[in-house]
This record gives sequence, C-alpha cells and structure tokens, in this order.
Amino acid sequence: MDLLNINNLEIEFPSRRGTVKAVKDVTLTVQPGEVLGVVGESGAGKSTIGNAVIGLLEPPGRVSGGKVYLKGDQIDELPAEEKRKIRGRRIGMIFQDPLTSLDPLQTIEQQLVETIDLHLKLGEEKSRERAIDLLDQVGIPNPEDRIKHYPHQFSGGMRQRVVIALALCAEPEVIIADEPTTALDVSIQAQILDLMRKLCREKQVGMLIITHDMGVIADITDRVAVMYRGDLVEEGTTAKILGDPDHPYTKSLISAVPRPDVRLKRFPMVNYIEKEEDRKKDFDISTHWLGQARDFDAVDGSLVEVKDLVMQFVAKNAFLKKNRKMFTAVDNVSFDIKQGEVFGLVGESGSGKSTVARMISGLYTPASGSIFFGGDELTKIKSQKEMDYYRRQMQMIFQDPFSSLNGRMRVMDIVAEPIRFHKLTSSNAETEGIVMDLLEHVGLGRQAALRYPHEFSGGQRQRISIARALATRPRFLICDEPTSALDVSIQAQILNLLKDLQEELGLTMLFISHDLPVIRQMCDRVGVMKMGEMVEIAETEALFKTPQAPYTQELLSLMPKLDKLSHSGLEVEG
Amino acid sequence: MKMDKTVETTRLERFLDSDIWHSFKKSPIAIIAFVITVVFLLAAAFAPLVSPHNPFDLASIDIMDSSLPPVWMDEGDARFFLGTDDQGRDIFSTIIYGARISLLVGFASVIFSMVVGITLGLISGYAGGRVDAFIMRVADIQLSFPAILIALLIDGVARGLVPKEMHEELAVYVLIFAIGISGWVQYARTVRGSTLVEKNKEYVQAAQVIGIRPGTILRRHVLPNVMGPVMVIATIHLAIAVITEATLSFLGVGVPPTTPSLGTLIRIGNEYLFSGEWWITIFPGAALVILVLAVNLLGDWLRDAMNPKLR
Repeated sequence: MDLLNINNLEIEFPSRRGTVKAVKDVTLTVQPGEVLGVVGESGAGKSTIGNAVIGLLEPPGRVSGGKVYLKGDQIDELPAEEKRKIRGRRIGMIFQDPLTSLDPLQTIEQQLVETIDLHLKLGEEKSRERAIDLLDQVGIPNPEDRIKHYPHQFSGGMRQRVVIALALCAEPEVIIADEPTTALDVSIQAQILDLMRKLCREKQVGMLIITHDMGVIADITDRVAVMYRGDLVEEGTTAKILGDPDHPYTKSLISAVPRPDVRLKRFPMVNYIEKEEDRKKDFDISTHWLGQARDFDAVDGSLVEVKDLVMQFVAKNAFLKKNRKMFTAVDNVSFDIKQGEVFGLVGESGSGKSTVARMISGLYTPASGSIFFGGDELTKIKSQKEMDYYRRQMQMIFQDPFSSLNGRMRVMDIVAEPIRFHKLTSSNAETEGIVMDLLEHVGLGRQAALRYPHEFSGGQRQRISIARALATRPRFLICDEPTSALDVSIQAQILNLLKDLQEELGLTMLFISHDLPVIRQMCDRVGVMKMGEMVEIAETEALFKTPQAPYTQELLSLMPKLDKLSHSGLEVEG
Repeated sequence: MKMDKTVETTRLERFLDSDIWHSFKKSPIAIIAFVITVVFLLAAAFAPLVSPHNPFDLASIDIMDSSLPPVWMDEGDARFFLGTDDQGRDIFSTIIYGARISLLVGFASVIFSMVVGITLGLISGYAGGRVDAFIMRVADIQLSFPAILIALLIDGVARGLVPKEMHEELAVYVLIFAIGISGWVQYARTVRGSTLVEKNKEYVQAAQVIGIRPGTILRRHVLPNVMGPVMVIATIHLAIAVITEATLSFLGVGVPPTTPSLGTLIRIGNEYLFSGEWWITIFPGAALVILVLAVNLLGDWLRDAMNPKLR
C-alpha cells in the first residue's frame, strides 16, 4: 500500500471569467522514507496539489475529481473537523516563509508543547521533554534555553529548523514542504535540505517537496514529478528526469537552468513556455536611430570607475547629527568597468551590491568617495541640468517586474517617457515610431504599445523595462537582479536578450545578482561583496576555477551541484 | 505603420470589465444609494426646471398660502405637495433649492479639501524629513480641534473682516473655505501613507534614473496610484461636509435665509415645530437624512469594493 496516494486529482478555481482548471488528472504516490519532488514554474499548479492534500485549498478553489489516500484511508472527502485532526498529526507541513509560519506572540515552547500535547496527549511535562528533544534533532544548539525564545530571536535558518521541528512533533507519516528553502540564503539552504533528508530517512517519513528550484530537486529528491500548466508531464527517478528527460517541456526546463560549471553561448530551446515574438530584424540596428548618433566621446579603457565609495544609512534617528546611529552599507568599495565589458557584482542579501548600483545611477548620494563616468567625476556635479547628460548615457533595469512599471500608464507612454523627457526626437510621430521599433526589438511586438502593464506576464514586463532603459540610447546599463523574480525558462529568455542587446549595441553593463551560475553565464569580470566590502575582483573564469578569497571559496562550495543535469543541446563557450 | 486595432480597449470597456463594476452590479444597497444620490444631484442641478414653484420669486408666492399642511391632510392644497411655510413658499420646492445649496457647498468644500490635502500629503510623503514632520504636526494640531469649531472660528473671523453689506454675498464662499480647510487632514494623512509606499516602488526609481524632476514624478507617477483611497474618503467626506454645512446653517452662521440650504430650512422650521406646523422642519430634515445616508452607503460600498481584504 502506498503511504500517500493522489489519484486522478483535479482541482478547479471558478471565477467570473470562467473556471480555471489548476490541476488536471494528476496521479502521484509517496512511499515511506521517500522524497518526491514536484517541480514546475509559476502557474503549474504544484502548490495547489499540496494545499489540496492537507485540505487547505483557498476558496473558491475546490477538488472537482479524484481521490487522496493516506495509508489507504481516503482523506479528501472528510469533513473539515476530521481534516484538521489529520493536519499536524498525520501530515506535517513546512511552508516557504519561516517568519509567517510561527506565531510571533508565543515562545517556541508554547507552540511546540501545545501542538505535541494536542496530538499525542502526553501531558505538559512529557511534551516539553519531547519538544526539547526535537529541537536537538533539528540541530538547534542549547535547546533547553532556546525553547524559551520568541520566533524573532532566531535567524532565518534557525527559524526554518523550528518550523521543521513543529512539523515533526506529532510524528506525522507524511511531510508536505512547499518551497521550504526559497526564502533562505544559499549557505543555509544546503544545511536545511540535508537535515530534511536525514530526518526523512531516519523516521521513515514520506515527503512531498514542492519547488521551482532544480538545485533543490537535484540535492534532495529520490523521484521527481514535472508539472506544466496543471498537467503532470513527466515523472521518474531524479537521475532519469534530470539526466535524460523525455518530455520536451522537461528538456526545455533543464536546458534553461544556468550551469555553475560551464559558460554557454546562449540558452537553447527556451521557447516552450512563453512564445517569444520573433525578434524581427527588419531594420539594421547600426543604421537605426537606436544604434547611432551618440553625442558623447568614445572612451578607451574604463567607462565607469568607482573609488573608495562609502554609503551610510541612518540606523537610529536623532535630532542632533552627532547622536544619530549610522549603519555602513558600503565600505570603501573601488572597482572599474571597462568599455564594452559586463561586470558582475555578486553577494548574499545585505552585502551592499544593490546600494552600489543605486549610487552609480544617482538614486543615492554616497557619503564619501567618487564615481567617474567616461573620465568625468559625477560626484562633483551639482546641477540637475548638467546631470541629465550623464543620466541619458546610463540606465537601469530593476528586479521586480511588477513594481517597476507604472500600472496607470500605457506601455507606449512608459517607454516614450525617457525620449520625451530628454527631448531626443523632433516630433511625437518619430518618438512613437521609435518606441514601436524598440518593442519589436525586445521581442514584444508593436501591439504591446497600446496595452497596460497588467496585461503582461512577468517576463514580458521585464522586456518592457528593458525597452524603457534602452530608449535613451544609453551606453551603460545597470541590471539589478534582472531575472531573480522570474521563472527559470523566462530567465533564460531574458538573459539571452540581454546578451544579444549587449553585443548589438556595444553596451557596457553592471550586472548584479546573488546567483553565481547566472553571473557565470553573463559576466566578463566579477566583484564579490560581503557585508559592504569588496572581497575579490577577478575574471569570471578565473574566479570560478581558482577562487582566491576564503569567502568566495565558501560561496562556490555552497552552489547547488547540478552535475547530474543533462547537457544535451547546450553550446558551451570556450 | 500597421496596427491591430482590436487590442486597444476604450476606457468604457475597461470599466465595464473591472471588478468595481461587477461588485456594484451585485450590491443592491449600492445601486439604491447610487440612484438616490443621482436623483438628488439631478434635482439640485436642474432645480428651476424640476421644482413646481420658484420659492424665491416674490411675485409668485402668496402670503394667503402660508402654513398649509401637506396635501394628504385635511387642509392640504393640491398645489403644494409637502405644504408651505409661514411665508407661503412650497416646501417641496424649497427642499430642491436647499439641496442645491447644500450640495454646492458640499462638493466645493470637498474639492477644496482634496486639493489642499493631496498636495500637502504628496509633498509630506515624498520629501520626508523636516518638511514631513512640520506638515504632520500641523495636521495633528488641527485634529485636536473639532472640525465644527474650526469652521465656526473661520466664519467668525471672516465676519469680522468683511464689511457688513458683503456678508450675504460672501457667506457661501466663507462656508466652503471653512468646511474645506477643516477636512484636509484626512486626505493629507492617507495620501502621505500611500506616497511612502509608492515612492519606494521601482517605477518611481526608474523615473528618477531617467532624470525626471520630483514635481513631475509626483504628478504623473505617484498621484494616479494614490487616488483609490482618496476617492473613498471623498465620498464619505461629501456626506460629512453636507452635514457640517447643515449644522452651521442651523446655528445661524451658514448661508443666509434668502438663499436657504437644507440646514437653514430646518432652522426656520424649527421655530414652528411646537405650534403644530411640523412639516416645515421635518421634510427638509428627512431629505437631509436620506441624502447623507445614501452618500454614506455609497462610500462604504466603494471602500469595500476597493479593499477586498477588509471584508
């Protein structure tokens, strides 16, 4: 008998625009001690399956067909009260954000003891012993003391360990983990995954792990199910799915994963999910408005140079300046970016890499240090008018495609705004023509101009963002985590587009990411940042092959190992 | 340039497809409230065409018709549906003309509050620091006075400054200013809050990177994105403004009796309440209650429709 058996499950969400089938005829099984991964991109229905199994489908979603068995007992049609008893007792849950899965007003002790006592009826004293024992098992040091603490007193990784302890506390038969490591830094992700797998084996618990991350899949799962738009497209052992996938979607998904070990010319076969409008080349970019007529001097060597840059934020405000507490976000950072080069900045959250980008683009004023652009010192310029000349030459692409476009403006006006502001054309008709060409050039098509941002997907919005950044004909482009909010296949498309544009327009780029494999695909040289300081600057290939600084070595060793992934169809560079 | 026309949607099409419109269609209370509000607005706007008499045309009123009760009572007169007041004016007509003044003052003072409040809120939220602290402290101080007291104060000051013969002409404008200035704080606070959220969004930073100046960013980017909650407040504020106007007029510091608002009518009628002519004050009072209730219900529905999480 299967431990967990999901049989022909169908889930639908009725809405006033018609019923959406979120999950179509999905059959999955989990055995004791086994880790089954469900992988897919946004909208695939993978989280919906998890929620349906534990009976927490968000209304108006409902199970419209199929059955769910837990050790032979059908659990999908139980009344709400019975389902509640199963949750926690027989099925444990681990969610993405450890902060919101714990009650901030109760100590860990109260939450654990209450849950254990409720399900196992051990009495308070025994429950407490068991709680301490569990915290010890999930690797929390000094569990006797730590159990008295509140959730906010734990770090993100520790908090997720507490959540795992909470999921385990009633000795469940199955654990459902929905993106358990997505909110964590890479270094912590590896430890948490190790822990989860170990507990799974030891206690013979079955685990259903839902994720978008191939790294997590490769690390922890025994078998994988691949979801695409509500359909289960392929299922098999992890080695088979990653190494020799059959379904074209799985192939395309795997080929789109950025590799830590090799540098590709382009990402192949990424058009499965979202058909890219053909990037028609019906005009020659070198003779088109977009590719020419630049009223600035060419430079040899460094286009951008940053010297001893310091940025401080007010940590605690006070009326008098001397009483203010300052937090140093960027500390004496220096580097240069050569003409035509892609320079990467990499680091974990809070390393100050985005702050550096914002200082160069003029969003923040540095506390001290200087920024040179084409030999001119930007930090000395006071007048707005004078600054406009440089602003035109450098533009920025932001991380979040949903907040980087003003939802009240048509795409035409969004992309035309920089052209109109800098008065780069002589007539409105010319501006509109250029915007149309630009939209076509980034793979959106001319009709996009008349729509509003909410009508587009995340990847399409990022294309609009790119079009807006290119509209001033910049020679320097700052990309601040341009793909970290995107699905992996969309990320591959956007990275391809950025590579192409960089080549065609001879752009110099500052590329910021926390994701080392992405950095490897995109950058010529890389700077590694840690806690506001520059740790190491090196050529990309050298950095990946022979890292010098201990921190770089540590970061590289924590990268998910993706060597099991199929290499078919990849064009390796160098 | 070839273009596919079908992708372009008109504003009307987008509105008919919006969640707001669907929520409206499903809420009978909202529809009734909307209909009542619109009836009041149309009646007020076209008062000379709609009302059976012109109560302020001295030639058409007759002292012999004074103090007639409503038509369904024994002494009622078919010409005067809701009866007449002590000077022989038709109550139904005075209500229509009175609502006209009440709504005029209401709308004008709401617009005045909005302009002041939104401007200060945007500046406060976007500039931050000392500017923000100053504006918000002023708002706090003003909030510690009842709005009606501020309106009374301004009215009193205006009466002292303006020569006596101009009092009646200027009364309406003074009233609009007084009610308007006492209501800006709500808008300023709401807009400041939304501005603080919006200014950290990346579309504002994108505009800054392009080089667009703060004034334009506020007008073109931030303002359209903070207007949702403002419209909710404005609707509810309209009801409050109409009530405040009525209160001031009832206290005798509002519009003069020659151009009576609903509040003035209630005050005039109040004197006859105990001599048995109840209809002179009850009908304007009922009209005021219905109008304010309808506008309030509309505001409540709008708040729920725009903020699904509150339900």
